[in-house]
Amino acid sequence: MSYDTLILLWVAALGFVILVYGLLDGFDLGVGMLFGLAEDEEDRDALTATIAPSWDGNETWLLLIGTILFGAFSQIYAVLLSAFYIPILLMLFGLIFRGVAFEFRGHAGPGARALWNVGFWVGSGVVSFVQGAAVGTMIAGIPVVDRHFAGNSFIWLKPFPVLCGVGLMFGYAVLGACFLVARGPDELLARAVTWGRRAAIAMGVIVLVNAILALQLRPEAWQNLLARPWAFEVAAVWVVLVVGLVVSLTRASRGGAPFLLAALSFVCAFLVLAAAFWPYMIPGAVTIAEAASPESSLRFLFWGGGLFALPIIILYTIVVYRVFKVGSVAAYESES
Amino acid sequence: MERFDVTLLSRIQFAFVISFHIIFPSFTIGLAAWLATIEAVHYATGNSVYRRVFDFWLRVFSIAFGMGVVTGIVMAFQFGTNWSSLADKAGAIQGPLLGYETFTAFLLEATFLGVVLFARDRVPPWFYLLSCILVSVGTLFSSFWILANNSWMQVPVGHTMVDGRFVPDDWMKITLGEVQLTRWPHMVLACFLTTGMSVIATASWWLLRGRHVAEAMVSLHWALGLVAVLIPIQLFVGHLTGVIVHDHQPEKFAAIEARFHTQKPASEVLLSWPDAPTGKNLFAIEVPKLGSFIANGNWDARERGLDAFPPNDRPPVLIPFFGFRLMVAMGLVLLAVSWTGVVLMWRHVLEHARWFQWIALISFPAGFVAVLSGWFTAEVGRQPWVVYGVLRTSDAVTPSLGTWDVAFSLAAYVLVYLVIYSFGLYYIFRLLRDGPRDFATPRNGSPNRPMSLAAAAGE
Ligand code: HDD
Ligand code: HEM
Ligand code: HEM
Repeated sequence: MSYDTLILLWVAALGFVILVYGLLDGFDLGVGMLFGLAEDEEDRDALTATIAPSWDGNETWLLLIGTILFGAFSQIYAVLLSAFYIPILLMLFGLIFRGVAFEFRGHAGPGARALWNVGFWVGSGVVSFVQGAAVGTMIAGIPVVDRHFAGNSFIWLKPFPVLCGVGLMFGYAVLGACFLVARGPDELLARAVTWGRRAAIAMGVIVLVNAILALQLRPEAWQNLLARPWAFEVAAVWVVLVVGLVVSLTRASRGGAPFLLAALSFVCAFLVLAAAFWPYMIPGAVTIAEAASPESSLRFLFWGGGLFALPIIILYTIVVYRVFKVGSVAAYESES
Repeated sequence: MERFDVTLLSRIQFAFVISFHIIFPSFTIGLAAWLATIEAVHYATGNSVYRRVFDFWLRVFSIAFGMGVVTGIVMAFQFGTNWSSLADKAGAIQGPLLGYETFTAFLLEATFLGVVLFARDRVPPWFYLLSCILVSVGTLFSSFWILANNSWMQVPVGHTMVDGRFVPDDWMKITLGEVQLTRWPHMVLACFLTTGMSVIATASWWLLRGRHVAEAMVSLHWALGLVAVLIPIQLFVGHLTGVIVHDHQPEKFAAIEARFHTQKPASEVLLSWPDAPTGKNLFAIEVPKLGSFIANGNWDARERGLDAFPPNDRPPVLIPFFGFRLMVAMGLVLLAVSWTGVVLMWRHVLEHARWFQWIALISFPAGFVAVLSGWFTAEVGRQPWVVYGVLRTSDAVTPSLGTWDVAFSLAAYVLVYLVIYSFGLYYIFRLLRDGPRDFATPRNGSPNRPMSLAAAAGE
């Protein structure tokens, strides 16, 4: 296998892992944020119960992203993590508090319980926001000098990245609501549909605004899109999907269709983003070829990681979702 | 000046988060092996006491493992956030090694851990035992990769430099070199001993309170025996580790020995207060010629002191010197406790030897202390290098960071860890205190939430 093929394989693996992470952790972060809208403790218990068996496994995909970046594209790992020093810190704390709130909510007295409740939805919100803001910052441009990040620690705190952060919060909320429509508790179905519809509209609007802003920030993205006309078809599909999603969320009936539509809209958005910036990994600064680790590293990582570990992890995720029936409330209640 | 502050704060931050992390892996690596052992005996004898001992430690394992995951996730980001120059320059080597550690941990969680934690009733006994063994093997692999990474940073081999960056050209040397093959066993044995001592102390605690006597005696028999056998091996492997340091990192060796001046023959400073600025050992207890013998097996060999190295290549002395002595002292504590315990066991007086049970209880942290002090010896002794002899720590830190960024993050880590840790430790403490019971296995737990097992038993 040639070096170029190896690089392509690892980019593909990275893209796949990012997408799976976004969809899986996306829905449970979304449920985590919707948790803040729940009215009483009973609803909150029901909400945590829906994602209880899955959230931690979903988060481990984030680690896989980090691992593949460090293992196969260590320069990107170095630049991104230093550029997002404070967001990463916030994200880690958000993840930690979410996780701990999960385990300790049930054992706490009323006072502490209120605290863990807040920790749960705030943590979910922070994690979602930070991820969106990171994508926004990358689009807006990350200064790289001499292979290193050369900006300050608040580069992500500008209007465009912040809007992207808010957009992803709504996006994850859509996934969360659709997940509730598919597998959530009955008594929350009607509200999940409303939440999902409103979040979907907000997401759609923000994404469109962001797309226009992004093209202004990055004129070369438009050139890239023109050179890859299929991207316009994908964008059109995205519009259809989002409209379909909003329509499907006008009736309070259980089903997996909204989740499927939402997930596909994420895939489309991801593809358009890729079309706009390929072959850059950090838009305008570092290409995939520049970022790739040397051949000996990619090869070494390939045999155990790519050929062996990744497929098993994928298989296992599917098995867990099918056999352990993630999302069915009964599965969790028998536990506690 | 600013660079220095950022480097120093980042070093403190790294030392803080990894010290909190390593406490849990060193416990779980040992516990996994301990569980496999106990389950094997249970399988062979069918004795139900072993089953209760097993179920009890499985609960402790589930919390320790969960805490290991939470603190480990933080570790995975440290190299990029604070040491991005290192990550960029050495990423071609460290990235794949840490990648393998994550993949290994994942595979472990993905497969046999779920069976061990939640599926005892759903698989045949032989398969359950096999799963226990494979979980243990998995943790050993995990530690192998992380140690390979660190061993390479201690003694870099198997690479060429291209444009100032490390490019691997011999993965055999990197993963299976002499340094790794000495330090990894030293670490694995350290984990086994740490857990062994924890089991001995917990069982002694039950005996002191007159509870769970059958389970305590079974635990003591096995754990005392294991520690008694492993500790001499560890002292020997420790010696080999010392030889490695002597051959590959002479500055570190001189710091550990507080040998400020080159000597022939060299004396051995047993204890002192090394005063680096003046290059003197205050209040020293020294044995003439022993230093030459320890390092060379020859009573009057010449030994290089710190003065043989340029001042800006010399490591700090205090921490390696005391860290090493603390580790060896803990090794001797383990030796004394385990051998005394075995003798008492032989004479069938263990159950009522309260004085011994108290000593064993107090020795609970010996293994943890040895692990931490050993790592502090190894890591501080490597300074001022992050990749020994090639890349200085001050050149490895993230160039864009400001002092306030790191001061803020360090303070935040300390705060968050204190909160998380107090809950985790309280959970473990409660389990250890209450001892074995008839635990119920939650019917539909997920291996991704190991802690839920203990929570199910916590009420
Ligand atoms: C000697 C053993 C050892 C050492 C020195 C370290 N670790 Fe570790 N680590 C483990 C042994 C281990 C383990 C036993 O394999 C853990 C404990 C719980 C687990 O899931 O695996 C683990 C967990 C763990 C996880 C969570 C993986 C998961 O989701 O299951 C990460 C990301 C790291 N570690 C990363 C690190 C890094 C970056 C380290 C050093 C710089 C480090 N660990 C030192
Ligand atoms: C797990 C137990 C470990 C402990 C307790 C430990 C302890 C320490 C300490 C105390 C320092 C600070 C030294 C100083 O700055 O004076 C340090 C630094 C460091 N160690 Fe470790 N270490 C451990 C394992 C590792 C491993 C496995 C790696 C590599 C994979 C590693 C890589 C580093 C790095 C990158 C630094 C920061 C740069 C430096 O100061 O050299 N350590 N560690
Ligand atoms: C006579 C007894 C011992 C000797 C001579 C010895 C020697 C050493 C030396 C020289 C190092 C530094 C290695 C380096 O810088 O790379 C080290 C590190 C270490 N030791 Fe020991 N040791 C002894 C006992 C123990 C015991 C009893 C434990 C734990 C129960 C232990 C745990 C560790 C650990 C965790 C490290 C850090 C990892 C490493 O660098 O390999 N040691 N030891």
